[in-house]
Amino acid sequence: MRSDRGPASVKIVIGGGFGVGKTTLIGAISEIEPLATDAVMTQASLGVDDSAGLPDKTTTTVAFDFGRVTLDPWLVLYLFGTPGQERFSFLWDDLSEGALGAVVLADTRRIEDCFPALDYFESRGTPLVLAVNRFDDGTRFDLGEVREALDLTDDVPIVSCDARSRASVKQVLGAVVEVAIGQRARAI
Amino acid sequence: MTRHALPDDGPFIRPFLVTAGRTRPVQPTLRVDALISTLPAAASARLAFEAKRVADLCRSPKSVAEVATAIDVPLGVARVLIADLVAAGLVACGPAPELDLPALERIRELVHAL
Repeated sequence: MRSDRGPASVKIVIGGGFGVGKTTLIGAISEIEPLATDAVMTQASLGVDDSAGLPDKTTTTVAFDFGRVTLDPWLVLYLFGTPGQERFSFLWDDLSEGALGAVVLADTRRIEDCFPALDYFESRGTPLVLAVNRFDDGTRFDLGEVREALDLTDDVPIVSCDARSRASVKQVLGAVVEVAIGQRARAI
Repeated sequence: MTRHALPDDGPFIRPFLVTAGRTRPVQPTLRVDALISTLPAAASARLAFEAKRVADLCRSPKSVAEVATAIDVPLGVARVLIADLVAAGLVACGPAPELDLPALERIRELVHAL
């Protein structure tokens, strides 16, 4: 992984509905405080570089989480949380570009919230793991039932995780790399 | 650009002010996780305030996202600033590693070792 041009970076994208624990998951393993923003031009001025004659030019700010994990001196893993709302899907493209893989985090009490992220990464062909976050209220769930409810194909593993636990998050990330390896091996 | 009334609760600064109104970087392919490293030439260059902050920051490599956060600007603004510095030969943009099988297997090992 050594390179003459300094360290390299890879990234895994974390998707899922609002409030499902993406911030917690990233925070559990990141070396840095995760939060960044982007400001996007409103539709009227998209693609226009010069604001002259565009009195309505405004920006909307959207926040996203990210984290940094140094894997070795020459390789850094970044985690990017995609904003839950679908209306920010343009940012999903930006954050997902070149990603090694993706985690879709789900809460069984609101399982449908993960559909947009699931659809998005499946359609992109991104190596994908569905992680079901365990919450404290003791809700029991069966991973087989979750698979059935989501109509997930067998090539998307479902893992149970605790987004607060570094060890658990590590396992989830390992599962994503495993899927990426499987995809790559089949492609050869 | 029309003038907007300033809100009473603090100054309003347009995000793309520091880029002279430009919203598109001169180099369009800066990934959000691309690692930016300052080159020796930056030490003697005359730089505007924000560009100097980027150059100082990236003496140890930082991703585009980290630069944006550290200098407290939106991602799009950071991209424009960084792309200018890349074009001027003052910072380098790190490579995206080829995610071939050996690379992925190495990453798996490293993740397990965390």
